[in-house]
Amino acid sequence: MTIIKRGLAALAAGALSAVLAVPAVAEPVKFDFWFGLSGDLARVVDTLCKNFNASQADYEVVCTSQGNYDATLQNTIAAFRAGKQPAVVQVYDVGTATMMLSGAYKPADKLMEENGYKIDYADYFPGIARYYATSQGEMLSFPFNSSTALMYWNKDAFAKIGKTEAPKTWEDVGADLQAMKDAGYECPMAINISANESWQLMEQFSALHNQPIATKNNGYDGLDARLEVNKTKFVQYVTDLKKWYDAGLIKIKSKDLGQDMVQAFASGTCQVIMTSVGDHGTVGKTRKEGMNWDVAELPVYAGTERKNSLVGGASLWVLSGKSDAEYKGAAAFLNFIHDPKTALFWSTNTGYIPVTKSGFDYMKSTGFYDKAPYKGREVAIASLTASEPTEVTRGIRLGNFTQIRAEFGTQMQAIFANKVSVQEGLDTLVKNGDAILDRFQQTYPGKTLP
Amino acid sequence: MEKRVTFGSWTIGILFAVPQLLLIFTFFYWPAGQAVYWSLTLQQPWGGGNIWVGLDNFRSILANADYWNSITASLVFAGISAGLAMFVGLVLAALTDRQLTGSRFYRVVLIWPYGIAAPALAMAFRFILAPEAGFMAVVNQVWPGFWDPGLDGTDAMASIIIAFSWKYVGYNFIFFLAAFQAIPRSLIEAAAMDGSGVVRRFWDIQFPLITPTIFFLLVINITESFQDSFGIVDIMTSGGPANATNLMVYKIYSDGFKGLDYSGAAAQSIILMVLIVVLTIFQFRFIERRVHYR
Repeated sequence: MTIIKRGLAALAAGALSAVLAVPAVAEPVKFDFWFGLSGDLARVVDTLCKNFNASQADYEVVCTSQGNYDATLQNTIAAFRAGKQPAVVQVYDVGTATMMLSGAYKPADKLMEENGYKIDYADYFPGIARYYATSQGEMLSFPFNSSTALMYWNKDAFAKIGKTEAPKTWEDVGADLQAMKDAGYECPMAINISANESWQLMEQFSALHNQPIATKNNGYDGLDARLEVNKTKFVQYVTDLKKWYDAGLIKIKSKDLGQDMVQAFASGTCQVIMTSVGDHGTVGKTRKEGMNWDVAELPVYAGTERKNSLVGGASLWVLSGKSDAEYKGAAAFLNFIHDPKTALFWSTNTGYIPVTKSGFDYMKSTGFYDKAPYKGREVAIASLTASEPTEVTRGIRLGNFTQIRAEFGTQMQAIFANKVSVQEGLDTLVKNGDAILDRFQQTYPGKTLP
Repeated sequence: MEKRVTFGSWTIGILFAVPQLLLIFTFFYWPAGQAVYWSLTLQQPWGGGNIWVGLDNFRSILANADYWNSITASLVFAGISAGLAMFVGLVLAALTDRQLTGSRFYRVVLIWPYGIAAPALAMAFRFILAPEAGFMAVVNQVWPGFWDPGLDGTDAMASIIIAFSWKYVGYNFIFFLAAFQAIPRSLIEAAAMDGSGVVRRFWDIQFPLITPTIFFLLVINITESFQDSFGIVDIMTSGGPANATNLMVYKIYSDGFKGLDYSGAAAQSIILMVLIVVLTIFQFRFIERRVHYR
């Protein structure tokens, strides 16, 4: 009996030492990265993570897709409240104000400095950096996947009406759409009017025309900012869109109706759309055989001095409450992403644009933009850098902006369904949007944006 | 004299009840209490703190026209979809109960829709009812502009009602069929021998005898239409166009999770809870009077 007992004890001791021996062989420090992309894009992020893990032996990033941007933010908040937050998280552009007031992050610039990485912040395209930086210009998060809106136009359809170039002004767009309609095209231009299109219809338009979306420089200067899109050039824009819709020059295309804008354009059904440069790859891959198309900067009204367009996408935030070792890993990861070679990998595989000048130069030097499938994407950089960002083209820093976008969708639908006039709809948008901003301000009494 | 089985001592009874009570407390009373607390405060989403605001959340919600619009939409949805799902379920069950040819097959098949998860079902209906690609595209070809759930609120409401009712027809069918089969055959046969037709027998014998089931299903259908509609709305319309299908439960989700307004959403869920409680009490007090239990 005792022999058996001793034997078991010896066996247990042996097993235990074997278990203990494993971590002694320099186990890499693991840290979590949560992101909000899915499908093809998620696979690219996974590859990016694998590349990082293979590039060094000290850290291991565990990358988990949360499905979409909304879910990523919600899950991160839930995890943070339970003390189980990831070290790095991808937060979409409009979540920036919420993040800044959360008190739940470690400033990215401080993190890099503490861990001995030198990042040249001036290297970021100003239009991208300012969107995520504080009013003092500090970078609290790192720009990651970035895009901007472009106009996609069907060269064949424009050739039929005798045009070889994309229209540069909205006046020309109106005339061209009419000409295409007269030439027998059923759907000269497609738009959608849900919450998501606030980005290209309201936000990009306002930036290009140097029009404010809200007071206090779009919210950069205080939580008491309130919307003012019901008295800017945007009113005329919506009026024109509605007029063209009524005249049959514009059709509404959405997934709910059977075909979204990008599909409608790629299949040759509709001749003009406005969407993210991120769709450039999709259109190239799914276009109708033999269709000639190109991208151009979004049009402006005649006589407008064109300003930079806004960046869209997400940035990477480092959350507070993690160990020093994990922060070291996070810093190494952010440094890896910052590398121009990663920028080339990322842009080649996704359609997002490089966020730094050195990344852009590196990609140009490799001839990226000369080759057929990627040619045209440099227009996005041209659009983002059309001017030095002004006080109102830096970006949008409004609380709960997701809800304001939802309100935009609601009111646009009411306008296009003839329930209200353009002015009434936009007045309601401002009124309801202000209530959302008011509530956000009350939730954070005495706090100010950094 | 009624015979009752009773426990000799309190402790054993309570011990038996404890696991259940614990579950109910953890998964119902505790979160519900938390929701009440949140509804009386302004919560910072990241947990940085909260401020006591008393009934301010309720005041601002009840002063909001969109919220009343959402209540109206929910009531319309509940009324029509419960009525439709119960009516169709009742007719199908009555026919199946008559042992017509193939009734065994129908008995199995008609139960299936309830087994399908709401989002999957909504996905299917989104395709079927899409004005440009699905079945309705054919209808639109004949009458251009007839069906446009993208901009027409009534069409959008109709599509979520159809999807929801389709699911609950299966559920109602099971209960109705069981109720019909519990009616003694001798009653129906006696009526048939007295010369009454199918419709007469249905109204005079079967219908009065299944009123308890009808009442039960009415309560369940109304309650579920407030809660189970979420997946369908989320996939099919996202509450649009222009808030036409922004049902209360969907508004709670979008304000709370998308808008990070936890307090406002908590207050709305309290209102929804009260509304369902009131509706159920109303049904028990006024409709149950017409129900005859055996």
